[in-house]
Amino acid sequence: MTEKTIYELSQPGRVGVTFPEPDVPLTPSPMGFEREHLNLPELSELDVIRHFTNLSKLNYSINSGFYPLGSCTMKYNPKINEEAARMPGLANTHPFQPIVSVQGNLYIMYQLQEWLQEISGFHRVCLTPAAGAQGELVGALIIKNYHQKNNDTKRVKILIPDSAHGTNPATSSMSGFNVVPLQSDERGNVDIQALKSECDETLAGLMLTNPNTLGLFDENVEEVIQLVHSAGGLVYGDGANLNALLGIVRPGDLGFDVMHFNLHKTFSTPHGGGGPGSGPVGVAEHLNDYLPGPIVTIIEEGDEESPPFFGFYWPEKTVGRMKAFYGHFGMLIRAYTYIAMHGGKGLRNIAEMAVLNANYLKSQIKEDYTLPYDRTCMHEFVVEGSWDKVPAVHALDISKRLMDYGFHPPTNYFPLIVHEALMIEPTETESKQTLDAFAKAMKSIAKEARENPDLLHGAPFTTPIRRCDEVKAARDLVLCCWIPD
Amino acid sequence: MKTPEGLKYAKTDEWVKVEGEEATIGISDYAQDQLSDVVYVELMVDEGDSVSKGDAVATIESVKAAADVNFPVSGTIIAINEDLAETPEVINSDPYEAGWMVKIKLDDPSELDDLMTAGAYESYNVEREG
Repeated sequence: MTEKTIYELSQPGRVGVTFPEPDVPLTPSPMGFEREHLNLPELSELDVIRHFTNLSKLNYSINSGFYPLGSCTMKYNPKINEEAARMPGLANTHPFQPIVSVQGNLYIMYQLQEWLQEISGFHRVCLTPAAGAQGELVGALIIKNYHQKNNDTKRVKILIPDSAHGTNPATSSMSGFNVVPLQSDERGNVDIQALKSECDETLAGLMLTNPNTLGLFDENVEEVIQLVHSAGGLVYGDGANLNALLGIVRPGDLGFDVMHFNLHKTFSTPHGGGGPGSGPVGVAEHLNDYLPGPIVTIIEEGDEESPPFFGFYWPEKTVGRMKAFYGHFGMLIRAYTYIAMHGGKGLRNIAEMAVLNANYLKSQIKEDYTLPYDRTCMHEFVVEGSWDKVPAVHALDISKRLMDYGFHPPTNYFPLIVHEALMIEPTETESKQTLDAFAKAMKSIAKEARENPDLLHGAPFTTPIRRCDEVKAARDLVLCCWIPD
Repeated sequence: MKTPEGLKYAKTDEWVKVEGEEATIGISDYAQDQLSDVVYVELMVDEGDSVSKGDAVATIESVKAAADVNFPVSGTIIAINEDLAETPEVINSDPYEAGWMVKIKLDDPSELDDLMTAGAYESYNVEREG
């Protein structure tokens, strides 16, 4: 490490604050509550400032560079989102306040529900799920409860295409379904014959990621949905790739029954370590009653004199509460701000630019990397990170070498159906200059792989920590924190 | 890539070594190479369990992916390789010997006819690589 831990920097007796003399009489602490040794680091204010400033310099984020992590939609998060979320009237509210005192908050949530419905073509939206995977869980539970309420208890099977997001099988298993994988055809679509052979009376539903993890829009999506519906199943849409569709196609219109949104992808709320996720769920009309709660609604219509009065309701056959209070409200403010700033045309422009950027980048590197599915892609694409002529070089080596060029690596080894996959998603927020610089680095690495493969095996050379031992990291888990005395 | 003669291979990359009515099952050299470094193996069965073709033998986790290993034949478990919990890396270094997973007593030896010979499995892998 280039920076010691705060405990290693500690010096006995060093302090960063001085307390004033007490102006009230001293009272001894209750017996047994006093400790001689707290094992806290002892540093000056300057030590602490330098420590955290140095640590922050080791960080790589979308604010410092290009971050083409496929499937994650690492777009820039506009700072006006932060301004809005930090407004004292919003930031200082408390979930226990009476609703009459937080009507502004409820208005934001209500409007966001309405906007997400309009964008997706769904009938109702619940904002509470904490992130994408929890949104998926909501969807799977809704499918399960729907069949149970219809006494259709034979339906135990969920179909999941092999191009789906990796969380889909986990969600289905967790909800008590049997997971049946569906293969893709040679164009990267759901294999219709394979689907037909699974459409029987045990079919509970299909979880479809569209565009899928190959970055391809399923060309037969309407037929796929129709086949599942005809067999009595429901179709779950994994909305993680909604960024490619904004203002162009509405999943609700395609016939999806339920879908989650990733506000932290499509709607630019912070992602990864930057903040909690948020995974609202939308449903078609026949599933309205199954949504989790609470959901914001208008309790009293407004008129010219006074605004409407907002409150909460619980759907009749709800799958229950997924999250304390009302979900990650701070994220809802950011997504609201993002949608308000863009408007309808702006949202469509996001999808168009995301798709254009991905296709541009694909065209720039397709001479140097194998494209397993050479179709017009949506917001992301997948190449093979290996070459027959240099068998010793793997996708991982290319990813590590990209760090030396100053770029965050793309997603590697996913989707599993592509050999040595590198999944690249530039997002709409990157300029042509950035895309060109990345393409140049990718071309240069392809050349290095041919001429000097050891350079790739040794990479990264320029990062604070060189290549990590991933096997050791996965095998020797240290799950408790060690604090030196 | 090693593909020993005398073993039977499944399209899903398991190998089966038949000795009389008993069969030992593991994953092929090709499969371990695709998975890369194995970090964890969870055997899903115990001695005495009766299993059907297609049931899960184990989940293998590597630095790249998690994958299921399935029974290519039906039978009753007579032994499991308990050492894999401590030393999963033998699946990479010695997939056909130390990396064995389970031994079963076969229910129906005719199920073996659905499996490939070493030569057929090698051609199948070449075809898959495209």
